[in-house]
Amino acid sequence: MTVADAAAPARPPRRLARRFERYAPALILLLAAASYLGVVFGTGQTQYLTADNLIAILNRSIALGITAVGQTFVILVGSIDLSVANLISVAAVLASFIMKGEASMIVPAVIAVLGVGALVGLVNGLVITKLSVNPLIATLGMALLLQGALSANFNNFAGSVPDAWKLFAYGEIMGLPVGLVFLAVLALLAWFLLRRTRLGSDMYAVGGNRDAARFAGIKTDNVIIASHVLCSLAAATAGLYLAARLGSGAPWIGRDGVYDLESIAVVVIGGTVLAGGRGGVLGTMAGVMIFSLIDSVFNVAGVDAFAKQVLRGVIIVAAVALYAARSKRFAA
Amino acid sequence: MSVFAMEGITKAFPGVKALSDVSFACAAGEVHALVGENGAGKSTLMKILSGVYQPDAGRVVLGGETVRFRHPVDAIAAGVSVIHQEFSLLPDRTVAQNIFLGREPSRRGIVDERAMERDTARILKSFTGEHGISPQSLVGDLSIAAQQMVEIAKAVSVDAKVLVFDEPTAALDEAECEILFAIVEDLARKGIAIVYITHRMREVTRLADRVTVLKDGEIAARFDDVPEPQAIVAAMVGRDIGEFYPPPAEPEEIGGPLLVVEDGGNARLKNIALTLRAGEIVGLAGVQGAGRTALAAALFGAEPFTQGRVSLAGARVDIASPRAAIAAGIVMLPGDRKAEGLVLMQSVRDNAMLAARAAGRMLSGIARTPFGTQREIDALLKAVDVRAGSFDQEIATLSGGNQQKAILARWLALKPRVLLFVEPTRGVDVNAKAGIYRAMRELARGGSAILMVSSDLPEVLGVADRVLVMQAGRIVSERPRGTSEADIMHDATGEAHRVAA
Repeated sequence: MTVADAAAPARPPRRLARRFERYAPALILLLAAASYLGVVFGTGQTQYLTADNLIAILNRSIALGITAVGQTFVILVGSIDLSVANLISVAAVLASFIMKGEASMIVPAVIAVLGVGALVGLVNGLVITKLSVNPLIATLGMALLLQGALSANFNNFAGSVPDAWKLFAYGEIMGLPVGLVFLAVLALLAWFLLRRTRLGSDMYAVGGNRDAARFAGIKTDNVIIASHVLCSLAAATAGLYLAARLGSGAPWIGRDGVYDLESIAVVVIGGTVLAGGRGGVLGTMAGVMIFSLIDSVFNVAGVDAFAKQVLRGVIIVAAVALYAARSKRFAA
Repeated sequence: MSVFAMEGITKAFPGVKALSDVSFACAAGEVHALVGENGAGKSTLMKILSGVYQPDAGRVVLGGETVRFRHPVDAIAAGVSVIHQEFSLLPDRTVAQNIFLGREPSRRGIVDERAMERDTARILKSFTGEHGISPQSLVGDLSIAAQQMVEIAKAVSVDAKVLVFDEPTAALDEAECEILFAIVEDLARKGIAIVYITHRMREVTRLADRVTVLKDGEIAARFDDVPEPQAIVAAMVGRDIGEFYPPPAEPEEIGGPLLVVEDGGNARLKNIALTLRAGEIVGLAGVQGAGRTALAAALFGAEPFTQGRVSLAGARVDIASPRAAIAAGIVMLPGDRKAEGLVLMQSVRDNAMLAARAAGRMLSGIARTPFGTQREIDALLKAVDVRAGSFDQEIATLSGGNQQKAILARWLALKPRVLLFVEPTRGVDVNAKAGIYRAMRELARGGSAILMVSSDLPEVLGVADRVLVMQAGRIVSERPRGTSEADIMHDATGEAHRVAA
């Protein structure tokens, strides 16, 4: 998909195929919503059909959403980041450790956390580009490094966040949770960056064909590094959010949330190609919503926790298989 | 009695007739040379023989029976093996493991390494000459010539009746060529039918018993005795050039030196001295692997020179990366359009704006670049006559010629001073070709210097104002416009570099 594609319809004979490709995440989202409605009506639990409940469903996925926005950047350039979950733990612990319940320490804590995030992203990007380490391995190494450093210094909830900071998770703006509004704004900013700026267009070019991008004069290394910095900043922000939500950071919250694999899953369900070059942040948001809806369907239907896990796995693979079947026909 | 015979083979690809009614046969113990220009259909014919393609019409007869290979594996099993230019060897496995890849002898399910090595040693011993290859050597440690020998051994080990050599000497030096020739002669003596594809006339003279010349998918000539090289070359060339190529530069149109390289060199290039003048098109000819694309890549900073000096309009420049080259005003239309030129999943417009956008600031908008707005680049796409339903269309849906023109528009937006065209008309239909030639000439008229690398010799001769011939990483000769193909081929394949060196 390209910048201009969004505006003008494609020409036949591939029009239908490409429409499908563009709207597939929306289609899956509709499917998920329909199955939610089906389960709600089927079990007669219509009390769940309120705007408040919808907001509540989405509100459970803020941290995942923030992380996935970042993950979208790295996957678009053809990279990947497995260190986000552990960076979230580091960010949450660091935030509550520095804040120690003092409102005056919010600014220093946020600066420190974002600084650490930027540094982690920079190191990831440098190792991947300048040392030519496969991104899977580079960020896995970073994940282990972060978790080790964290576990060496903390083994339980550390410090706490002041009430002012808790507003990030529990406050409301015009009746909407602050976190949700924040995620929406973040997604819009990311959309703007990807679709309307040179950096975004470079990211699509690098992910689409790294050699062609280099031969067109794009500093491909810098683009990849920038996407990793953005990704890690997003993960650090997710950590800040979780600290607000939990009141304190613990060294296991990122891992427990499986934010690394789940953020990759929602990006891919959202239609971004794992090899890079195609997709976008709106798809990722659809992916996040699909995930939360599916969770709610399982909750309402009373599916047990393990079966839930199995079904999620099946859904991820099925969604990607659907896209793969599509692009195969497209290539032919 | 022929070992194999191909009768009335016809094969078409979308938009191109690759072969029409071609018959070709080879007897046991015979070396049959297959020659022709690039795109004449040699590879297609051999791919049909080896089961990669199926013919649209005609049949392949092997050992008196009509065969239909559905897959190269069928062909190999029937005794037809091809020694490709690019080897299909695993560098981290031993010679023996490579030769028996996929059909390792085993005893009770365990691979019998000993038997493998014994058989490998036996085959290698049957080769004449000193090669010193051990069955236990890792293939990656061997020279190119030795690796080729492993490929040959692999074919011999499956009792090949027909061996196809596809330009086997492209990567070999003189001494290695001699070893190869001895092996080819020896294999022929043992009764194997050998098809030998080459560009080099002296190899034809040296080895072949018969020669078949293909041109534009048809048999242009067949010689049952090997004639003088001139006769073969004449059969290869001979085409109507007509109005296809634009007129050359007038002497007064050619300006002063624009790009000058002195003593340039890197791993693939030696002693490069080159001057491109404003207003001229310089052709770069040579066989595969002679260093033509390496020279273009060096000038564009994709594989920079590691020694020597490059100056542009009198000022010394350091071209360490494509970005540096572009900043200096040197651009390249890469030969492998899909791999190096296009972002296939993006629109025509995004592809055309790629380079102009790359020159802007990181967070600048995408519709306006330092080299023009989206509207101006759309106008440029129209000016170079890119035919697309809409510039929002994915570039993958365009024909090769239109893709090439879109890349040309990408560079024209930057108003480059030096343009490097690598295989500019590969995969481009005839009409689009003429359009690209005209565009090149107009650019030269506008004061740019143009270097054209092409494997299509008639194209080089038709478009270029002068031709440089490369061999083994060096520029070995310079020929003026109007040179014959035979002269170029002589320089590209002959002994010229020895004289020059």
